[in-house]
Amino acid sequence: MDFKGLIVILLTSVFVNNYVLSKFLGICPFLGVSKKLDQATGMGLSVIFVMLMATAATWPIQYYVLEPLNLGYMQTIVFILVIAALVQLVEMILKKYIPGLHASLGVYLPLITTNCAVLGVTINNITDGYNFVESMVSSLGCGLGFLLAMVLFSGVRQRTENCDAPKCMKGLPITLIAAAIVSLSFFGFAGVIDNLFA
Amino acid sequence: MTDILFAVLIVTGIGLVCGIILAIVSVFTKVEVDETVEKLRACLPGANCGACGYTGCDGYASALKNGAKTNLCVPGADAVAKEIADILGVEAEDVVEQVAIVRCNGTCEATGKKYEYQGITSCAAVKTLYGGSGSCVYGCLGYGDCVNVCPQGAISTENGVAVINPDKCTGCGLCSKTCPNKIIEMIPDVHRVAVRCSNKQKGAETRKICKNGCIGCKKCELNCPTKAIKVTNNLASVNYDLCIKCGKCAEVCPVHCVDWADFSGYHRQNEEN
Repeated sequence: MDFKGLIVILLTSVFVNNYVLSKFLGICPFLGVSKKLDQATGMGLSVIFVMLMATAATWPIQYYVLEPLNLGYMQTIVFILVIAALVQLVEMILKKYIPGLHASLGVYLPLITTNCAVLGVTINNITDGYNFVESMVSSLGCGLGFLLAMVLFSGVRQRTENCDAPKCMKGLPITLIAAAIVSLSFFGFAGVIDNLFA
Repeated sequence: MTDILFAVLIVTGIGLVCGIILAIVSVFTKVEVDETVEKLRACLPGANCGACGYTGCDGYASALKNGAKTNLCVPGADAVAKEIADILGVEAEDVVEQVAIVRCNGTCEATGKKYEYQGITSCAAVKTLYGGSGSCVYGCLGYGDCVNVCPQGAISTENGVAVINPDKCTGCGLCSKTCPNKIIEMIPDVHRVAVRCSNKQKGAETRKICKNGCIGCKKCELNCPTKAIKVTNNLASVNYDLCIKCGKCAEVCPVHCVDWADFSGYHRQNEEN
């Protein structure tokens, strides 16, 4: 197996194609749950977990159910359905067998059901033509990228909360500006990864 | 036409399979929720203040189930303690209500400033710069960290000093934990006397920086019939177990830093009415 290719996929999805900061998917949890570091970490870890589960479930569905039946155009609806059911399933299993993990991730799981980043990852894996292993690596990368963005931004946010912003900029406006600057800084990675393995 | 029908059938089929799996799993993974804990949690105030010593109201509810004391919820006071006792079927114990007292009266007129501070408006931040912008390093920093943390909105900063509105204070003690100078004291809500100063410097030095500061003259100590008020480290402090609320200490204090007033908190007032 092409190990180098997998590393490139992983690094690209963490830094260059960061779902939050360069594709602008999953913005609602990014703005909503990034107020505190521990919450941001909890949310990020749950997203990694759900992204991996969702890819593991949707990739076979795409290639063994939808494609043979010429139903590729139903992808979005079927994926939403499957991801929602999957998250629900995971939540129930966690509650029963790993209550500790459920207590820390439980609040975030229902939120992730309708997270566009999760749907985006599964669909992009298909459109990029990845095989199963590549898809899993790419989802892991996207999840790690989401966690990175959340953790970084919770740090930025704790600083902006305390700063003396003009009244009209307080709260969401200053947060959005900060998010824009963080996102801009991630564009610096665009050339790095390609040249790293050239 | 058949294509559409086919697509509809397949998607419905997938949905149905998901639904059936969920239904089956939900039967197997049913978790018995402890009803007593749920009920206990419902009657607690839900402020998650931690005054009981457990991690929030959820933590206290499960601790109660395992035999924790029923009178630990200070904000909830007697009413909540009684409800808890009813649910658990034990004798209700009286809650010692508490009320927060600011041990500083260094208003803008009474004390001066060391320097002009223009940074973040937070007591914790200003304290890191030479112990605060006021001349007195023991007193109220005046940037309202306690105001921000109070769940009842009972605190305000007036004239450079935090002032607690006892009508609203439920005695959760969050302000006391937050204050970087530890000048907010929680006292049992049955007392009428408080020392409004935290300065431990010698009398003459205190006098130089604050007109309202305790100078450690020991007049209160000498006049107290029960030896409840004592001057240690140049600062008067009250032992509330001995205090008989006579108010003599407040009468004799030359700088009026022993305060004699009715600051009974929210719960005590509701009880009396």
